[in-house]
Amino acid sequence: MDTDIALILTLDGITTGAIYVLIALGTVLIFSVTRVIFVPFGDIAAFSALTLAAIQLGRLPGTVWLVVVLAALALVMETVDLVRRGDLPRLPRAALLYGLLPCLPPAIAWLTTGMKLPMALQMLVALSLILPIAPLIDRIAFRPLAGASTLILLIVAVAVHFAISGLALLFFGPEGFRTEPISTASFDLFGLTITFQMALMVASAVIFSGLLFLYFEHTISGKSLKATASNRTGARLVGIRPVRAGTLAFLLASALGGLSGLLIGPVTTLYYDSGFIIGLKAFVGAIIGGLVSYPVTAIGALLVGVLESFASFYDSALKETIVFSALIPILLWRSFLTGSHDEEDEEIEG
Amino acid sequence: MSALLDVARLSVNYGKVEAVTNVSISVAPGQIVTIIGPNGAGKTTLLSAIMGLVKSRGIVRYDGMDVARLGVEDRLANGLCLVPESRELFGDMSVHDNLLLGAYLYRHDATYIRDSFERVFGLFPRLAERRTQIANTLSGGERQMLALGRALMAKPRLLMLDEPSLGLAPLIVREIFRIIASLRTLGVSVLLVEQNARAALETADFGYVLETGELSLEGRASDLLHDQRVTATYLGGHT
Ligand SMILES: Nc1ncnc2c1ncn2[C@@H]1O[C@H](COP(=O)(O)OP(=O)(O)O)[C@@H](O)[C@H]1O
Ligand SMILES: [Mg+2]
Repeated sequence: MDTDIALILTLDGITTGAIYVLIALGTVLIFSVTRVIFVPFGDIAAFSALTLAAIQLGRLPGTVWLVVVLAALALVMETVDLVRRGDLPRLPRAALLYGLLPCLPPAIAWLTTGMKLPMALQMLVALSLILPIAPLIDRIAFRPLAGASTLILLIVAVAVHFAISGLALLFFGPEGFRTEPISTASFDLFGLTITFQMALMVASAVIFSGLLFLYFEHTISGKSLKATASNRTGARLVGIRPVRAGTLAFLLASALGGLSGLLIGPVTTLYYDSGFIIGLKAFVGAIIGGLVSYPVTAIGALLVGVLESFASFYDSALKETIVFSALIPILLWRSFLTGSHDEEDEEIEG
Repeated sequence: MSALLDVARLSVNYGKVEAVTNVSISVAPGQIVTIIGPNGAGKTTLLSAIMGLVKSRGIVRYDGMDVARLGVEDRLANGLCLVPESRELFGDMSVHDNLLLGAYLYRHDATYIRDSFERVFGLFPRLAERRTQIANTLSGGERQMLALGRALMAKPRLLMLDEPSLGLAPLIVREIFRIIASLRTLGVSVLLVEQNARAALETADFGYVLETGELSLEGRASDLLHDQRVTATYLGGHT
């Protein structure tokens, strides 16, 4: 291999890795705040691309029904909970939060179906449809299990993934879609051709990682999430509701997942079930960061992208195998580094 | 004057084991009340139950209302505040951020937050010097000061302190008790759990003795200091 090819492969890998960065950061965020390993994360990215594709084809995206179904389930559960606790004064608020609010984006999507909106608005509609998904899943599947072990939460997360991709098959159908490119422009950098799309993917990863960092370091809301991740009892004792922190984490994650979907939509053909493998690769990045460190996670996700790119050059049939095999040395290395760390974590939870 | 906190026949179970049995205590506004007792008596459990961290039977009235249906966060919003034995600091965050989050419920009130920082830094100048330091790297005494400071940021009316002197050097213990005594002037009532019985009784107005989950003795702190059973068991036999 000459350096030119190596450079191209690296560049390609960084571009793909940029998407994994966004999803991996979201995975760490959700895990640290709620202890849930959010397996359906990749699904959300795929739905986002499929939603945009449907909008561009002038169809009503299946996401509309997905969101409505999830909102209805969440509303029923919340109502039953409130009635059982005799907390009737909070019913209107629940109706607003779980009934009305999540159904606004579907209403907008429905009203604008078939309109030739500018691309930026199409993306906004798609993203707003994606936003409620993860918080609603949280309400339906994870919140009733507060206090369950990480393993139980993981099992439920896997179940949610299968349920969600089942619904996705129903709503999106089995065929694959690609969204229109945001721009077909390209430019030369040191003799390499870089498309505008690639630059956008990398720039988005940098910008949104930066925003996430600023959010954690400089806003009280971000700090409340950090605090919940750091010490749940401590967070409760200063008045931070774990439920609220969880919702916030899932909402941010939904945004990151949705954004990644919009970015890969034009470069990859996506099917209703394409998300899983994307989420899994991002998860490898999150594992490199030990599900705690955001910077290491970002680097890890980039590495996964580059590894995948080189692997597919050598043997495209084996690329997934190579990427996931990399998990084994990573896990060995991590358990080596943090041999006693896990026990401490358990204590804090207990 | 009616009591700020009124606990009646409170019991707590861990599974089949009863850790607290039929405990009734009360704290009047402006008072410092202490609960002393040996390790494992159920002191921590009692405070956790009052705060709503563990389930309990019996009645907890705070400021005239039954708080049974209120969660931890709602009790805090009413000024009921706990500094737990395990401190529960945000270990990987700075001193400043720990304090700031103490005022989480008042996050939209910039004036309150600024004034509270000033008040806490006034009480604990050490925290002001170390405001950018990460909580985990503080000494034991500083961690306790941070835990106290964080609680004071939450606008407490009744501050429950679980063994604030635990594991601290004598000089720092004195400092902590001086600050607890000064809380009265800030209008904060205190429910103080301590194993350091002498210092606690010297600081408090009223005292309870908790043994194996049940109250065995109660009275004015100055009386308990001279009570034979208390001196024999908790004050090392000297008066
Ligand atoms: N989480 C728990 N689960 C089961 N038993 C507990 C738990 N916490 C405390 N206990 C038991 O309850 C009793 C009272 O403990 P605790 O309230 O910590 O006492 P103290 O604070 O007075 O030392 C002890 O026997 C202790 O072993
Ligand atoms: Mg204790």
